[in-house]
Amino acid sequence: MQDLTDAFVELVRRAATQLPPDMEEAIRKAKEREEPGSAAEGALDTILKNIEMARERSTPICQDTGTPIFEIHYPLGWSTRALAEQIRKAVAIATERSYLRPNAVDSLTGENSGDNTGEDFPTMHFHEWEKDTLHVDLLLKGGGCENVSAQYKLPDARLKAGRDLEGVRRVVLDAVYRAQGKGCAPAVLGVAIGGDRGSSYIKAKQQLLRPLDDRNPTPQLAELEERLYEEANELGIGPMGFGGKTTVLGVKVGTQHRLPASYFVSIAYMCWANRRASMDVTAEGEVQYA
Amino acid sequence: MHKLTIPIPDEEIRALHVGDTVSLNGIIVTGRDAAHKFMIEHFIRNPVAPEDEALYEELKRLLNGGVIYHCGPVVRKNADGSWTFVAAGPTTSIREEIYQPEVIAHFNLKGVIGKGGMGPNTLKACQEQPAVYLHAIGGAATLIAQSVREVVAVHKLEFGIPEAMWVIRVEDFPVVVTMDSHGQSLHEAVEHESKARLEALLGV
Ligand code: SF4
Repeated sequence: MQDLTDAFVELVRRAATQLPPDMEEAIRKAKEREEPGSAAEGALDTILKNIEMARERSTPICQDTGTPIFEIHYPLGWSTRALAEQIRKAVAIATERSYLRPNAVDSLTGENSGDNTGEDFPTMHFHEWEKDTLHVDLLLKGGGCENVSAQYKLPDARLKAGRDLEGVRRVVLDAVYRAQGKGCAPAVLGVAIGGDRGSSYIKAKQQLLRPLDDRNPTPQLAELEERLYEEANELGIGPMGFGGKTTVLGVKVGTQHRLPASYFVSIAYMCWANRRASMDVTAEGEVQYA
Repeated sequence: MHKLTIPIPDEEIRALHVGDTVSLNGIIVTGRDAAHKFMIEHFIRNPVAPEDEALYEELKRLLNGGVIYHCGPVVRKNADGSWTFVAAGPTTSIREEIYQPEVIAHFNLKGVIGKGGMGPNTLKACQEQPAVYLHAIGGAATLIAQSVREVVAVHKLEFGIPEAMWVIRVEDFPVVVTMDSHGQSLHEAVEHESKARLEALLGV
């Protein structure tokens, strides 16, 4: 098995400094829709300039480089222990090179580890698959937006939300309302229906890895995603909560089996800095980034 | 777009309304939790100790008609001992709500920059002074760092780099007025309106 540490460092650099083209394009389109001269337009303009500068200078898009979340699909026979070690090493190197801010704080002592490694930090999920290639997705999940993420337990009497897609719609809109601009709107919403409290949030975050134009293969969910996108924008919260037409840039919904007793809906709120990057390693050892 | 230069005269503050976009120029001072607590305890509510006298005079001069920025920057120390701002996005302002009105009144502040807005006490202080709350763009750390043209001085470095009081000269720092000197808060207005729209969408 080859040592992929350097390749992982490059993956982190790309995620932290280059916003994916579909996100940048969506922000550009949103800016055109806003009233000329409005605070909303100004905010999106500043964001776009910032994205460009970060890419040119290879500096972090946002100073909060978030929790690094790695989703790793690996072929039969690979050592996940070796991969995990390389990833931890890569994250420390990326921190040293200022692609990442030291973000891992000991919950008991308050001490910052200084290199983004620590207990369960960074986050890694390993999935063995049938292919002979390695595929790694990385998401840098900011703290400000994580603080406004929300989980609901249906039924919810206050919102008249029952255990169906209409109930899901109601709680998601409530979460967007409650977040206002605090999660650095415009946002991408990763939504998970079902699971338990833990698995549900993981599933919700995984939705954030989907490209914005990725259409849900389940027609009912595709319809819900579109409707929530329209309706969340009707709330008028706008970029940074300044008011305006753009509150969300995308909504992605996934489902999980659940216990008969529980019906959770988790909303992973992701700021405009939806930093995701991926990498593939072929059976021949060739590394490609996307 | 309003172009403001520090020190800002009262007429210019009164001419600003929520939703206005502003390009800010001049010398500002960063301060977050530790700095606000320090100013309250050592300058405002208690007599100034002899060893703090110099800093107090310096801050009085800088903040009179000036602006304070809620920011915990990432700063690089250069080989020649000078400093460069690497990332300088705003931090959440509401934590300073308990201190802000007194700081505004004591130093004759004309502006507070941060993110997320502040509460009724700061809004009232903005009306009385007059002053405004200026919202920076969350996450635009690289761009804001570029608008920092010079690090003039640093005080209270013992609080740590993010908490220290950095005296910086900015050029074309983009912000939006979200609380004005006429008692208006964009945060309140947007929350109120979006609530009505939510209720319409949910039919409650
Ligand atoms: S919410 Fe996102 S854009 Fe805002 S400060 Fe955090 S990471 Fe940066």
